[in-house]
Amino acid sequence: MLTVENISVNYGAIRALHNINCGVDEGEIVALIGANGAGKTTILNTISGIVPSISGVITFEDAEITRMAPHLIVRKGICQVPEGRRVFAKMSVQENLEMGGFTLESKQEIAEGIERAFTLFPRLAERRKQAARTLSGGEQQMLAMGRALMSKPRLLLLDEPSMGLAPMLVEKIFEIIVDINRSGTTIMLVEQNALMALSIANRAYVLETGEIALAGAASELASNPDVRKAYLGE
Amino acid sequence: MFLQQLINGIALGSTYALIALGYTMVYGIIALINFAHGEIFMAGAFVGLLMVGYFKMNLFLAMLCSMLFCMVMGVVIEFLAYRPLRKSSRLSALISAIGVSIFLSSLAMMIFGANAKGFPDTAFQSRQIHIGSGDISTLQILIIGVSALLMLALEFIVQKTKIGKAMRATSEDYSTASLMGINVNFVISFTFALGSALAAAGGVLVGVLFNSVSFNMGLMAGLKAFAAAVLGGIGSIPGAMLGGLFLGVAEVTGVAVGYSSYRDAIAFAILVLVLLVRPTGLLGSKIQKKV
Repeated sequence: MLTVENISVNYGAIRALHNINCGVDEGEIVALIGANGAGKTTILNTISGIVPSISGVITFEDAEITRMAPHLIVRKGICQVPEGRRVFAKMSVQENLEMGGFTLESKQEIAEGIERAFTLFPRLAERRKQAARTLSGGEQQMLAMGRALMSKPRLLLLDEPSMGLAPMLVEKIFEIIVDINRSGTTIMLVEQNALMALSIANRAYVLETGEIALAGAASELASNPDVRKAYLGE
Repeated sequence: MFLQQLINGIALGSTYALIALGYTMVYGIIALINFAHGEIFMAGAFVGLLMVGYFKMNLFLAMLCSMLFCMVMGVVIEFLAYRPLRKSSRLSALISAIGVSIFLSSLAMMIFGANAKGFPDTAFQSRQIHIGSGDISTLQILIIGVSALLMLALEFIVQKTKIGKAMRATSEDYSTASLMGINVNFVISFTFALGSALAAAGGVLVGVLFNSVSFNMGLMAGLKAFAAAVLGGIGSIPGAMLGGLFLGVAEVTGVAVGYSSYRDAIAFAILVLVLLVRPTGLLGSKIQKKV
């Protein structure tokens, strides 16, 4: 579904990604794990078109999307939930969801999308008119995910959904991620919480300083001694 | 006496508010003080004058033409002078803005000459109406009415329409807005178009009010409106409206109590005071640095 071939990215003189090759098949959950600064977020932002690559090719459903403008990539069916949630703080929950549905043509589609988001996250329905900045961290994560689902993406990119959340809430968010995947959305997940990520993913890539160090089935990686030592705290 | 000054102040202040809105909207969305904005106001006044003087249009039609002209002008300025500098430092864009400002006022001087021009008497025949202890002219009613109408329209666009909501989203978080499928370049162009249209309307109104249109009228009006935008809280739309009205009333009151030679200084004295006491302005919010 998504293929990333030989992508390299520079931030000024610093090389952030070096010849990255990875991919996602339809229906999968794929995890990208690695330490801080390994380049996980940069991969997602390159796919979304926010960060330009200096070489390489990204294809999505047989169409090249390398260096395409971010808003056109959303129209192709890829949507990202950015790191730190980045909800529009001064806008209401409802307006945030409307923005997620910016690419939808009809008012009815937007209304249906909002209803779907409220079914998935009933807490948001109670807070419909509230400004997003008044929500708790967990609610903001739900809003960010609900907002991204508004455009009915076929591939959802999730950047650190567990960041700053209490363990109970992390469990809840990951259950919802699995639900979203079961209902037909392919998922690429960036996580520092490698244990949680590997527990729900089909496959995973391990990133180290801008390069892919390891790749394989999530269950294999979870039992790999090197991975356990470096990322699972053993 | 007080009522009279209030009326005069609100009429003048509405025009400041119209210009200030353009500064604040552009700042809100790309964090740039568009110093060419005063020259858009000046161009609006000239286009209005041409439409009334040469094409014998009525004032409202002339204002509409002027607004359309300046919308295009604002979009073109952004495209040529600011967009290529979008990713460079804000200082470079600011210098570019000052350059555009000097270029436009010089261009206007070459085309229209250095002398101030007036609207023909037939443009708007003003009458005085007594209310209580004061007088209000039909021209003042026109200025306040048109300004209020335009500001209500703006408020509606920003709060209720899809593009208005996209403007607010873009001004809060540029890159996340693009992740929603919002074409941020279009939103920025639209913002310049809106702000320029308001400045053009202000230009025509001020041109009729003072019966004077000149190549350098954008400088002082632009600086005062900038002061109004900062006073209200730069980036805040209601702030710009409030700041403009406040500045207009303050200036007229200052003149009325005998400080007429300090007329232009009043706005800047207030600007300095605001920056000292409350740097975020009346309705502005603290800028939170994103990590």
